[in-house]
Formats: sequence, C-alpha cells, structure tokens
Amino acid sequence: MSIFDEQPEAQWVGDEAGPIVRPYVLTRGRTEPTRGRFDLITLVVTIRQVSSRESGLDPECLAIVRLCRQAQSVAEIAAHTNLPAGTVRVLLSDLLDQGFIAMQEPHSETDMHDEMLYRAVLDGLRAL
Amino acid sequence: MDSVRSNRDAGRVKLPKAIKILVAGGFGAGKTTLVGAVSEIEPLRTEETLSDRGIGVDDLSGVETKQTTTVAMDFGRITIGDDYRLYLFGTPGQERFWFLWDELALGALGAVVLADTRRLADCFPSLDYFERRETPFIVAVNCFDGARRYELDEVRLGLTLHEDIPIVLCDARQRESGKEVLIALVEHAMRMRLGTRSSAGSAEPAAERTGTR
Repeated sequence: MSIFDEQPEAQWVGDEAGPIVRPYVLTRGRTEPTRGRFDLITLVVTIRQVSSRESGLDPECLAIVRLCRQAQSVAEIAAHTNLPAGTVRVLLSDLLDQGFIAMQEPHSETDMHDEMLYRAVLDGLRAL
Repeated sequence: MDSVRSNRDAGRVKLPKAIKILVAGGFGAGKTTLVGAVSEIEPLRTEETLSDRGIGVDDLSGVETKQTTTVAMDFGRITIGDDYRLYLFGTPGQERFWFLWDELALGALGAVVLADTRRLADCFPSLDYFERRETPFIVAVNCFDGARRYELDEVRLGLTLHEDIPIVLCDARQRESGKEVLIALVEHAMRMRLGTRSSAGSAEPAAERTGTR
C-alpha cells in the first residue's frame, strides 16, 4: 500500500528508475532535525488537518500529516512513505515547528523502572 | 485510537507510551519470522542511518573518524490497550554492525536473542553486546524442523550463559510461542530492573566466549 495513492502527483517517479528525488533534496540538504528528539518509536499524531491546496506543504509532508491522523511511530512513517528514517525526522521537525503534529517522547532508560508498565504489558501479552 | 484524537486540545495530546523490544540473533535465525508471528501488522521495513558517535571519544589523534552505515530493519507492533504500544525490531544480523547498535538499544525494554542450534556461534556477538551494555535479554532457541534437539542445559553451556539469564525453546513461526518468549523477556526485564539486586551477581560478565562449537 502507498499513502501517495490518494494524490498521484505526489511522488516524482520514473517508469523504470523508481523514485528519482534523492532524500536530501526533500530536506533541502539538512540531515539533523531542528528540534525534537525523534527516536524510531517516537509517536506522532496530527493535530491540525490540511487540505491538499492549503499550506504549500511538500507532498511528503502532506502524506505524513494524513498518515498521522492516527498516531504512528517514526519507524512506521518511514516505512509507509518509503523514506529513510533520517529524512522523516527532518520533515517531522518542520511539521512540529508549523504546529501540524504533536509528538510523544519515547521512554528513556530511567523510565524503565515503572512497575505499572511491566504489569500492564504482561497482562496485555497474556490476553493476546 | 479514537480516544487519542478526542483528547487533543491546544497541542496537548494523550498518546500511548511506546516501548521498544529488540529481536537479535544470527542471519537466518528467524528474527523477522518471530516479529511477524506476534505483530498485529504485517512486518514493515525501515532504513536507519546509524553512526558510531561516542566510540573513540578518547582518541587524541584529532581525526574525525565518525562512520555511518545504513541498515534495514523489520519491525512489528503490538497494541496493549490505550496506554502502551510495543514495537519489535528485528535487528540487522551482520556482525559488523554491532558497534553501531547503541542508538537502537537506547531506551529498549529488553532483547530476545534467537539462537539456532545448528549455528550457535552466530548469536555470540548479540550476547556479548547485551551483556556488556547490561540490557535485559533472554535467549530463545528456535527449534527448526529437522535440527537435532538439545537440552536447554546443553545450550546454556554452549553459550556460556550466566545462570540468571532465562533460556526458552520456541517455534518462531507460532504466535503462541512468540507470545511466551515475549512474556519471559518482560518478566526477566522486570526482575532485573525492579527485583532484589542481592542475587544479581549478573554484573559479572559470563566466561569468555571464543571460537565456534
């Protein structure tokens, strides 16, 4: 499945070459996000909807905003948009700056001492 | 996830807590199979650029030696109610990526090391890594069809595994079996992080693992 389907002009794809825009072009050469610490499991959710005509968002950013109507991890966003995780991080920091998305920082190692978390995960796994 | 969307107000959003579990082991040990068996979604693939930031910080030569490598990972997801989401990452099997793993292992609840009894040595690098990093892990012996069955004690001996580290048999293709593996890991991680530290002589590394068996 591709989330670009609903917007066919979204991706510049050669008939045989596949995607022909290299990832750093999408980020205008930037390799580090301007803000936010986006782990692969950082959850992202859209908090401001956009129509495709609005906003001058790049197709990739538009695709991310649409995808994240339901919360998605950075890894999922990268997989669904077919972009490297590093590229997705930069785009997400832009969207965060522009108020389109909100994010949930992942747990740090010190948060892994919460007994509630273990109990809930164990109960959940047993109930699967 | 309707609850997530209706809870939003002025940028404050209630999102589930995301938890990372790593699935490691040698090439062909069944990492992606295990992820697929327990995941609620078809396993997805993502590419991550990893760097060895932090390695060689004491190097006085002044030469910038940062290396980056792009690795592909397969991952799956298990939603636990409204509050938690587990993400399972099948980590790249190639040994030469081991020194790049810290960014992946950071913040992980724990790791499953899949062992294939026909190629036991393939999982040595994973064991060494998690022992050194003190990431809670268990060993799951994937029982491949036609492979000779070993007693768990024999495998433990072959891996020179510390007695505190759980070791379980599994069939990575079976959802129930995968579930049991994850439960064993979470129980172990909970014991390690919250349990009494008295019995935890686990800080001492296991005997050196050399050569192949």
